[in-house]
Amino acid sequence: MNKIMVEGINKNMDEIIERWIRRMKEEKGERFFHFMPDHLVEKTSREFAELMTSNITDSSAANTERINDFTEKVVRFGWAIKFVNKAIDNFSDVVFEFLEEQEIINEGNLRSFNTIFRNWINPLRESIIDAYSTEWERTVSLQKIALQELSASLIPVFDKISVMPLVGTIDTERAKLIMENLLEGVVSQRAEVVLLDITGVPVVDTMVAHHIIQAAEAVRLVGAKCMLVGIRPEIAQTIVALGINLHEFTTKSTLQRGMQAALGMTNRAIVEVEAN
Amino acid sequence: MDLRSSVEIITEWDIVAARQLGRNEAKKAGFGTVDQARITTAISELARNIYLYAGKGKIEIERVTDNGKFGIKIIASDEGPGIPDLRKVMEDGFSTSGGLGAGMPGVKRLMDEFKVVSETGAGTTITTTKWLH
Repeated sequence: MNKIMVEGINKNMDEIIERWIRRMKEEKGERFFHFMPDHLVEKTSREFAELMTSNITDSSAANTERINDFTEKVVRFGWAIKFVNKAIDNFSDVVFEFLEEQEIINEGNLRSFNTIFRNWINPLRESIIDAYSTEWERTVSLQKIALQELSASLIPVFDKISVMPLVGTIDTERAKLIMENLLEGVVSQRAEVVLLDITGVPVVDTMVAHHIIQAAEAVRLVGAKCMLVGIRPEIAQTIVALGINLHEFTTKSTLQRGMQAALGMTNRAIVEVEAN
Repeated sequence: MDLRSSVEIITEWDIVAARQLGRNEAKKAGFGTVDQARITTAISELARNIYLYAGKGKIEIERVTDNGKFGIKIIASDEGPGIPDLRKVMEDGFSTSGGLGAGMPGVKRLMDEFKVVSETGAGTTITTTKWLH
């Protein structure tokens, strides 16, 4: 029965593809094909249709190799998953209707054709969803790693003075990392003054402030002083409005001023020397 | 209403999405950097409260007009446990989570209008507005 179906499809491939393209173009909110030149639409569609039909098999068990091949190639088309899903849907609809018109599918064999269609379409769809979600998970986990690499390192600048520039959003996980790196760094670098630079932190809300205050307190406990620098004017105003108390430690508007103050605290200064 | 956009708060990262939306809306509405920071921070507080205390909820951001005034309204709603003692929550330094306890009173000071409706066991809706002066 599959053979009749495949023959029916192959003999009328052009007609099926044409109908399928028309239907895909009619799809509401789907303008994917409109951006592609016609010959490319034609070429990709034919490839897609061939991949689709190559997966109609005689056995009820799906051929994993062929399905993987299909998925790999379809993913390479660069279509959105919603579009791929619609494409598969529409293709099976078009084929079904066509076979009905040709009277290959009739009242008597409807049930068995239903099974054939199910065995044909479902594995393809599952494979596609699987491939896309694996790809997304991979991207997310890579970005997470990239983000962690960006996170908070304590940099020794002068003897006894270290700087930690904070960039980006501080969530609970990062706050923990900041605290760890800060304390570890203070001890290993023998820092006496640590400057926390928040120039790159977009929002300082109570949670961020809370983490900063805790970090400063912990730094104090290991015998160093913490200074908060890089406070932009608008951040200063929101901190005041939130009623956050930062009296416990020194704050400066810029890293430069903080550095001068830190040198002062360690009884040093940068002086100009006369050129010989 | 097409001037309303919303973000579901389910994970900690949704807080970032909510305030990003808020910042963009504030910028589009013509607020300066200081007010943008105020609005963004207020959204951050409200969204974090949802995340911490209710588990999930949503932040809606809407442009509003009143007698020729323009502004941005933020609606933070959840179906969490509700706030048992509203007066206490609005006190500076009161916190049940070991935080600073500056969130709710802070939001009130950051914004121009502030209203809390909370029912124990049914949820909380906080509506707050900032006007463009």
